[in-house]
Amino acid sequence: METLRPTTEDEAIEAVGWACQGGHALEIVSGGSKRGLGRPAGAEVLLDLSGLAGIALYEPEELVLTARPGTTLAEIDARLAQHGQALAFEPPDLGPVLGAGPGLATLGGCMAANLSGPRRFKAGAARDHILGVRAVSGRGELFKSGGRVVKNVTGYDLCKLLAGSWGTLAAMTEITVKVLPAGEKLRTVLVYGLDDEAAVDAMTRALGGPFEVSGAAHLPAGIAALSSVGRVRDPGSSVTALRIEGPEPSVLARTASLRGLFADGHAIDELHGHNSSAFWCEVGEARFHAAGEGILWRLSVPPAGGAAVAGRIADAFEARAFYDWGGGLVWLALPPGTEDAGAEAVRAALGPAGGHATLIRAPEELRRRVPVFHPQAPGLAALSERVKQAFDPRNILNPGRMGGTP
Amino acid sequence: MKMPEPDADVIARRAGIARALGKIVPGEGVIDDRAALRAYESDGLTAYRQPPMIAVLPETVEQVSAVLKYCHGNGIKVVPRGAGTSLSGGALPLADGVLLGLGKFNRILDIDYANRCATVQPGVANLAISEAVEAAGFYYAPDPSSQIACSIGGNVAENAGGVHCLKYGLTANNVLGVELVLMDGEIVRVGGRHLDPSGYDLLGVINGSEGLLGVITEVTVRILPRPPSARAVLIGFPSAEAAGDCVAGVIGAGIVPAGMEMMDNPAINAAEDFVEAGYPRDAAALLIVELDGPEVEVDHLVDRVAGIARELGAASIRVSEDENERARFWAGRKSAFPAVGRISPDYYCMDGTIPRRRLPEVLGRMAAMSDEFGLRVANVFHAGDGNLHPLILYDANNPGELEKAEAFGGAILRLCVEVGGVLTGEHGVGVEKRDLMGTMFSDEDLKQQQRLKCAFDPEQLLNPGKVFPVLHRCAELGRVHVRGGRTRFPDIPRF
Repeated sequence: METLRPTTEDEAIEAVGWACQGGHALEIVSGGSKRGLGRPAGAEVLLDLSGLAGIALYEPEELVLTARPGTTLAEIDARLAQHGQALAFEPPDLGPVLGAGPGLATLGGCMAANLSGPRRFKAGAARDHILGVRAVSGRGELFKSGGRVVKNVTGYDLCKLLAGSWGTLAAMTEITVKVLPAGEKLRTVLVYGLDDEAAVDAMTRALGGPFEVSGAAHLPAGIAALSSVGRVRDPGSSVTALRIEGPEPSVLARTASLRGLFADGHAIDELHGHNSSAFWCEVGEARFHAAGEGILWRLSVPPAGGAAVAGRIADAFEARAFYDWGGGLVWLALPPGTEDAGAEAVRAALGPAGGHATLIRAPEELRRRVPVFHPQAPGLAALSERVKQAFDPRNILNPGRMGGTP
Repeated sequence: MKMPEPDADVIARRAGIARALGKIVPGEGVIDDRAALRAYESDGLTAYRQPPMIAVLPETVEQVSAVLKYCHGNGIKVVPRGAGTSLSGGALPLADGVLLGLGKFNRILDIDYANRCATVQPGVANLAISEAVEAAGFYYAPDPSSQIACSIGGNVAENAGGVHCLKYGLTANNVLGVELVLMDGEIVRVGGRHLDPSGYDLLGVINGSEGLLGVITEVTVRILPRPPSARAVLIGFPSAEAAGDCVAGVIGAGIVPAGMEMMDNPAINAAEDFVEAGYPRDAAALLIVELDGPEVEVDHLVDRVAGIARELGAASIRVSEDENERARFWAGRKSAFPAVGRISPDYYCMDGTIPRRRLPEVLGRMAAMSDEFGLRVANVFHAGDGNLHPLILYDANNPGELEKAEAFGGAILRLCVEVGGVLTGEHGVGVEKRDLMGTMFSDEDLKQQQRLKCAFDPEQLLNPGKVFPVLHRCAELGRVHVRGGRTRFPDIPRF
């Protein structure tokens, strides 16, 4: 496939304008870590945004950073760490789980996919941290939305709309995000031996209490055994993990009172800073499923029902699930070769409580046939299609990647 | 304020339209008596008034859908209205439009503590949600100052904020799902009780859509465990610069307070006259910094904030010792608007956002403008997130003074944009800032926003005349004109 690699915004406008003029379908990439996610786009030209890279502005005291889409998350993290700050939504690097390797993920890709890590339920999603954007629509026209201040309701928030649009609405050329102070101190309370239902109940109690938990995950024994952290891997039982962050005196006090919730005979332990960081990184990036070629699903569901949903799927398949977001995010692996990736059964298992299932990893042939993103009700699907038209009337940007017309 | 030209043909059909709507919403649900319609002639922005052609108050989503479908089929404009507390004229009626009031949608449908969310009808007041979940130790975080009265549907439409959004986010960050009726009567549900809806983030644009994209008939919001304790620190400064430095110092130290508010000297004195909150009258600027969380954390952070303030030359520091005192510290700030209302016959509340560090400069230039326009100004400021609320004092009975206040307000907002900020932080564009949109956005930016509007409402019958200074027809906006790009760009690196 031919590749266009603009290095300036003007070149990006020119490239998309050319594609619009001639009706050439573009596949948009920057780091390429998530190229294997989504329906394969029927594109003839690759629009590579990795040449639009670099941090354009960083003002720690204003809690704001502006960067071009091809800037790697690694570069941004390193720069923010110098000032004790971070992207609070913990953008996960899905490169390893998608077979693309680590370190490729960029700000543009992470925003286009609206991917958020374990702190999602407390700190918000990627889309909650995007303050402003400059982008080229499928019409080949540059537009901007938002600004560089946190509080802004001037016009529709097109930034949020672009977040999670998987490059099907516009090619972003500059992104401004909110950054936040990183927690000073970090502890993780581990509770051993709970089954999935009991673990979700425990996480629900912890999240409903005054502990300000900033991460709540449960790994059944088979998954915990794959952890890189000894205290998670070695005990040979399931592990339920609850993260506490903040100023030191507060972390110590909250950790103690959280442990009190499990004083009735559960085996508990604690992870401190370094191990905690490593653990939550592997949870957010689903690293336990990085090896192998199996089918991988990511389900967002009402959190209290997470274990029940996974249980219904496990009745039909040899499924291996673990839970993040207090049960609200289920990473579910099915054996390679599962017919149609088990899509119908997985989606039916969500039941009336709702939610959605995304097929994160599957062979290309399957992703062509099986909807990768959750099918929408007809009225909503029609509305989404009109939104696509409003930005990309000739359907040249990642056509068909999210479904719809390829 | 120029609104879209009323359609004489629609106005001529008024009686017939009222009859048709009466069949959809029986009983008292349709108001066409001209005296009764005056109740709806304005919202919180009282400078603009226009009684609607007809008001309709449906009680079910089916009725809302049928009303919209009828209006859509008959080319009749519709203006949705929640509690009518908008400060930007978002619910200003149209002479040839139906006003669709959602006040009867006032039930809390479900509270789901296990999933930490509540599903409510759009007419439920913001504060009523917190009250409903209070006994279980929960609350709903966004707290606009009109929270006793403003409705959650209106909060979604305006993406309302409040003093606590520094730490807990705006409405958009706290809504999980909505049911929305489109102008053609189609009912769509977006999101639910889970995080991050599938497909395009339509919630992201429905929040803050100012009633232009659809009519919200149900909202699912997140509820949070109430923090075990909170304390407020009241800090007086001899200059706005020092107060601004303190705000930067607190943020720079990695502290995200639950709220961080600033008031200037005129606002301090107006509030003190009104409620005797114990504010230092001689301070040039006052900061109220609230910390919440476990007691040990709050005490720790209060010490750190006080230390930063002391280092930066604070003239006075007081820490609330109990809930009564904390409430008193806030009483002055929370009553700042009515307090200013006592020292001036009228006031005009602005709502720009600026990068925090530009505050001293902006206050200085605003003072110069105050002299130039000959109108006083008092400032209250969500300092933590850079959201300014200058209150311009004027007397509408003096001919020309309203116009002068509006010109002053416009100049302030242009200043906000000039220093890297935006026209509105939480009140919305509405009619008030509509004609200033060009100072922040290019024609292309605005056309792309309108194309989104066209995806929801291609005939542009829903709340027209708000937000966009120029109304383009959707057919015209949809045409593709490609400029340049005709040659295969010799300059772009190719492989």
